[in-house]
Amino acid sequence: MLISEKQALTERVGMLVQKYGNSRSALIPILQDIQYNFKYVSDFEQQEVARLLDIHPVEVYSVVSFYSFLSPNIRGKYIVRLCQTISCELSGKEKVAKAIERELGIKFGETTKDKKFTLEYTNCMGMCDQSPAMMINEKVYANLTPEKAVQILKEVK
Amino acid sequence: MEDKNKNRVPLGQKPHIVEKPKDPSGIGGTITVEINEKKVTVPMGTTILEACRENQIHIPTLCYHDDLCFAGVCRLCVVEVEGMATLAAACAFPITAPIKIKTSSPKVRRARKHVIDLLLSEHYGECYSCIRNNNCELQSLAKEYGVTDYTFGHIEKKRYEIDDSSFSIIRDLDKCVLCKRCVRTCIDLQEVGVLEAIGRGHETHIGTFLDKPLADVICINCGQCINRCPTGALHEKEISNEIWEAIDDPTKHVVIQTAPSPRAAIGEEFGLEPGHSMTFKMNTALKRIGFDAVFDTNFTADLTIIEEGTELLMRLYKALVNKDESVKLPQFTSCSPGWVKYLEHFYPEYVEHLSSAKSPQQMFGALLKTYYAKKLKLDPSKIVSCAVMPCSAKKFECNRPEMNDSGYQDVDYGLTTRELAKMIKEAGIHLPEMPDSHFDNPFGDASGAGLIFGATGGVMEAAIRSVIEFITGDKAEEIFEGMNVMPVRGFDGIKYAEIKIDHVGPVPDLIKHLVPNWDWVKGATLKVAVAHGTANAKKVMDDIRAGGKFSQCHFIEFMACPGGCLGGGGQPIPTNEEIRKKRAQAIYAEDAGLELRKSHENPSIIQTYKEFLTDGPCGHIAHKLLHTHYTVRGKYIA
Repeated sequence: MLISEKQALTERVGMLVQKYGNSRSALIPILQDIQYNFKYVSDFEQQEVARLLDIHPVEVYSVVSFYSFLSPNIRGKYIVRLCQTISCELSGKEKVAKAIERELGIKFGETTKDKKFTLEYTNCMGMCDQSPAMMINEKVYANLTPEKAVQILKEVK
Repeated sequence: MEDKNKNRVPLGQKPHIVEKPKDPSGIGGTITVEINEKKVTVPMGTTILEACRENQIHIPTLCYHDDLCFAGVCRLCVVEVEGMATLAAACAFPITAPIKIKTSSPKVRRARKHVIDLLLSEHYGECYSCIRNNNCELQSLAKEYGVTDYTFGHIEKKRYEIDDSSFSIIRDLDKCVLCKRCVRTCIDLQEVGVLEAIGRGHETHIGTFLDKPLADVICINCGQCINRCPTGALHEKEISNEIWEAIDDPTKHVVIQTAPSPRAAIGEEFGLEPGHSMTFKMNTALKRIGFDAVFDTNFTADLTIIEEGTELLMRLYKALVNKDESVKLPQFTSCSPGWVKYLEHFYPEYVEHLSSAKSPQQMFGALLKTYYAKKLKLDPSKIVSCAVMPCSAKKFECNRPEMNDSGYQDVDYGLTTRELAKMIKEAGIHLPEMPDSHFDNPFGDASGAGLIFGATGGVMEAAIRSVIEFITGDKAEEIFEGMNVMPVRGFDGIKYAEIKIDHVGPVPDLIKHLVPNWDWVKGATLKVAVAHGTANAKKVMDDIRAGGKFSQCHFIEFMACPGGCLGGGGQPIPTNEEIRKKRAQAIYAEDAGLELRKSHENPSIIQTYKEFLTDGPCGHIAHKLLHTHYTVRGKYIA
């Protein structure tokens, strides 16, 4: 990483620490902010957060690895989360999953080469009555069929 | 500093220590509870586990450790509390009401058995091929609760790669039971912060930052996690096979040096109570194993005192007389390789404060392949130099690239107390039955000052005994009763002492060429401090950085491990403060019984300076062989 890039990151993390405070309880809001804006928390940012909160980098990594909405690895601009819990499973999630995989050309847990899409499973989102359901970033799509799912992805693209 | 501390660890996770009050009503009164239908009165806030222990009721524990804050994660210590729907973890349940407790009801026994069974279902491997066989808490619990079959199955496949990247510590996560003792050791006790629980649910494992190998993260190799691991998930990198090979090779001259702490603890590996000194029995055992010569690291500990003490006096002379502002004070000790690496990582701007003198282990290594080889007309390339240390970080230290001033790797193998005990057992020797024998010449003599290096405050005490005699010309025993420098002894995390120098004597011959007289220290006060455990070192370093009391000190002893070397990461398992105190007693008692108790009076040291290190302490030869430099490492993990 270039020194200027590192400085920019340090500055940004510093601003977040100013915004949310430097107590341990500020850790998750800071990480969520970074995740929201940059789609992942880089190892350098994790260490900077640790330094400014006076905790150890591994503690930050422990939190990042615990929550599925925080990611230590680079992810796509759009994160597609398909529900895998029982109602969606029973109403045809498997077919939707196959269609999405074929459309994006990646498997679950992977990110497209152009860093546009990341595909993963999620557990119940409370959309059981309109199953199967998926989320793209913060937006929920329900009553999916394979065709509808592909159509939605095409629109997003 | 206090506030920051609270910030670091949530208050609920602070080590839970109930001070036994003289008058219990002073701290919120006492409370009477019923344990197994027996009425017991305890101070308010005592945990169920403590109340039971005080009343001789055994409760099994796994994640609980005397040195650590409680976690309440293993659920083995569950007990039945009347009126509660679920079982309660005794270690994490403070008594605040007159409750009724059952510690061994059928419900409790079944729950505990199930907990053990569940732990075993994820615990890969067989006991007989495990390094911790017969000294494993999980194994003992399985026996205690009569686990005869795997009720919930038993994992048949390895799930994790063994991480053997480090010179010192091996992590075998397949044996891990997620008690998080290592996490609490690393983060709370040592404040190094290498290990944490990574992931969630059944994928949780103990890992490092970004799951990197241990060698690539900021690990100081202190090995405290090994001492507290209840299973075989953490252990030192074994090198006994290489040593056996060297011993069996007739062309090799295999020598071994033994540090002061292993001899105070190795008896524990042979079933003795802590606190038995095995110095001379160990010598016999080592010779019977086949080592060609057995030396005492205390000899180079004495040498360290002369070199490090001279260096300190030189620094003071330069700062006070020459008014040289580039002189770094306070001077820090450099005997503890864990501490040295800690400083290189966390306070890299202070590496120049470290004494350039090598640790006793490395000094010995350098002397063995030069002075000793010359004296006995040996080929240094045929000398295999081993060291028994209470320490896992010594394995890292002897592999530091700069440690080859003799022209060869100065120390070839660092061996822990546990590994040596294993080798002695393998050789068919029962250590307590051995006759006594002395160390070999030409380094046969060592002083009590070198011996007490093993306990926290020991290096400081040894240095004070010599430096005070150098300066005042008085005998140390006239200044300190029984030659015991009490202010630097004991297990307080940070100790501080001041010694007033009200008169001075003549400069001793050994360092006459370095200082003309002592007039410049007359009336001065020598300020010293001692810290053990890197968490305490951190407090002292933060104080120095903030320009506090410790920045005014002249000399500070730091040891990476709680209790000093005797609580080192290579010492027998288990460890707790009581055991460490007994080991310290053994060391101090042996010192008190010695004739020779001051480093500079050691005849072997005097002879070495006469024959080999001819230009004196901190001279050219000494600098080449006995001094080193440090690496600025920093905290960033690439």
